[in-house]
Amino acid sequence: MAETGLRLALFGGVYSNHLALDATLADAARFGADATWCLGDVGGFGPHPDHSLERLRAAGVPTLRGNYDASIGEALDDCGCGYADPLDQQYAQRSYDYTLARTSSAHRAWLRALPEHARFTAGERRVLLTHGSPRRVNEFLWDSACSDAFLEWLCDAYEADVLACTHTGLHWHRALPSGRHVINVGAIGRPANDGRTDVWYAALELGADVTVTFRPVSYDHESLAREMEEEALPAEFVETIRTGWWTTCLENLPSRERRRGKF
Amino acid sequence: MSQVLPAFTASRTTADVPRQPFAHLDELWIQVAGTLCNLSCTHCFVSCGPGDARHALMTRAEVAARVAEALPLGVRECYFTGGEPFLHPDLLDILEDTLPHTPCTVLTNGTLFTAARVAALAELGERSRYSLEIRVSLDAPTAPEHDAFRGAGSFERALAGVRALTDAGLVPIVTVTETTGEDPLVLRRRVVAALEAAGVRRARIKLLPLFALGREVGRRGAPFAASLAGLGQDAFDATRLQCGHCRAVTSRGVFVCPLLVDEPGGRMGARLDETLKPFALAHSACVTCYATGMSCANG
Repeated sequence: MAETGLRLALFGGVYSNHLALDATLADAARFGADATWCLGDVGGFGPHPDHSLERLRAAGVPTLRGNYDASIGEALDDCGCGYADPLDQQYAQRSYDYTLARTSSAHRAWLRALPEHARFTAGERRVLLTHGSPRRVNEFLWDSACSDAFLEWLCDAYEADVLACTHTGLHWHRALPSGRHVINVGAIGRPANDGRTDVWYAALELGADVTVTFRPVSYDHESLAREMEEEALPAEFVETIRTGWWTTCLENLPSRERRRGKF
Repeated sequence: MSQVLPAFTASRTTADVPRQPFAHLDELWIQVAGTLCNLSCTHCFVSCGPGDARHALMTRAEVAARVAEALPLGVRECYFTGGEPFLHPDLLDILEDTLPHTPCTVLTNGTLFTAARVAALAELGERSRYSLEIRVSLDAPTAPEHDAFRGAGSFERALAGVRALTDAGLVPIVTVTETTGEDPLVLRRRVVAALEAAGVRRARIKLLPLFALGREVGRRGAPFAASLAGLGQDAFDATRLQCGHCRAVTSRGVFVCPLLVDEPGGRMGARLDETLKPFALAHSACVTCYATGMSCANG
């Protein structure tokens, strides 16, 4: 049997989806992950924010501080998601106010203390984990809106051979001409605007080669949808959980990603 | 957008204004059509119009050379503007040249679309691994409001352009200048309703403020004398301004941003790499950018 490399399970954007979090951690164990990381944004969108925080902390998953975590931790006025459209901002604010009001002070202190980045080496490769981008926590790195030239520059400037991020909610992987890799691990808190109710995370194997596989995770999305309804969260959010199509916060999607969705 | 209004004082000097540091070249603005336009909008910040050649059309070779300059600098995406880019006879070839290297956005008044041109754009967009964005300007949700700025009949033509692009699967962005002074959410709702009534599903909206530049100064009848003088460098938030991560090229050189291509002090050099340096925020338009936190870029 060939020697296997370091296996990493990388997920982000939990968005209070504690049921998807449980299912993801179980799947990461099946994958045989040597290490599992959460790249941030534990809260938002979903119900009962403390549930996800309790599970994440109990499982001892190393976690980065996303923009949402920074805002909740510091009790800022908004989530700092970086939406430019006023309607997107309005939806984000409803979700943020709900989450802030229901996150315990102990969890908020934990969120405040999280690191913004993580660096380590795997063999010769320098691995950098971040939330939005290495330069800005709420930067959206969309596949179709980032040139190779820009991603090569990011890897140069931030000294990474493997760069992993989240924040957009859509997963992608680019093997750059230089041989380096940029991976957006997606989000496990809501579906990937693909008409499926599954959520996605990234499974990396860092050996002689870099192998990136996106693994779909099924979970009891109907239970989550009912919890969201009981908490009077926006019906548009619940629809996304039930259908797999994004209904809000769509305005900053590039055309290629937007075309794939229903709305 | 949040409003962070510093204490403004009138000043035209660069000595006492904050300096915007340069972080990285994310957006390269290419004024491909120069100042040539088929419309003469009363609020045009570059005063473009028919026959206007103050900034000439850029040739296909000139654009390719600028993109080649920008790629080693790590440029993230390119924006094509004017004037009206679809007056450029080689625009489709230029997009064909550029799209393999970076995402591209074209800013248009939407009045010059033919069926063949829309089909060619759709085919280009479908074939490219990067996004091709088409942004159509709509200054208000009704013909009388919009045409007051852009001329009789321009609203219906722009709306037809948005519909044709949408029908072809391009999902255009409708750029709405905030000409009406109403609450952004109300304006947005009215624009979406107008687009949906016109059969445009999935309307994508980007709101932009008016800038007291070019012909808009004359429309207002009074200069906008605000300045960032007095806002100390320590109090200055360098993340609010697009000139920390963009440059604009025209046939006449490299400019700090797409707004100041026709303003004193806007030109920063001949080559891109020599312009990646701090910029003194001495222009009144810098106040609008700073106060609104706006960016000409998508999103």
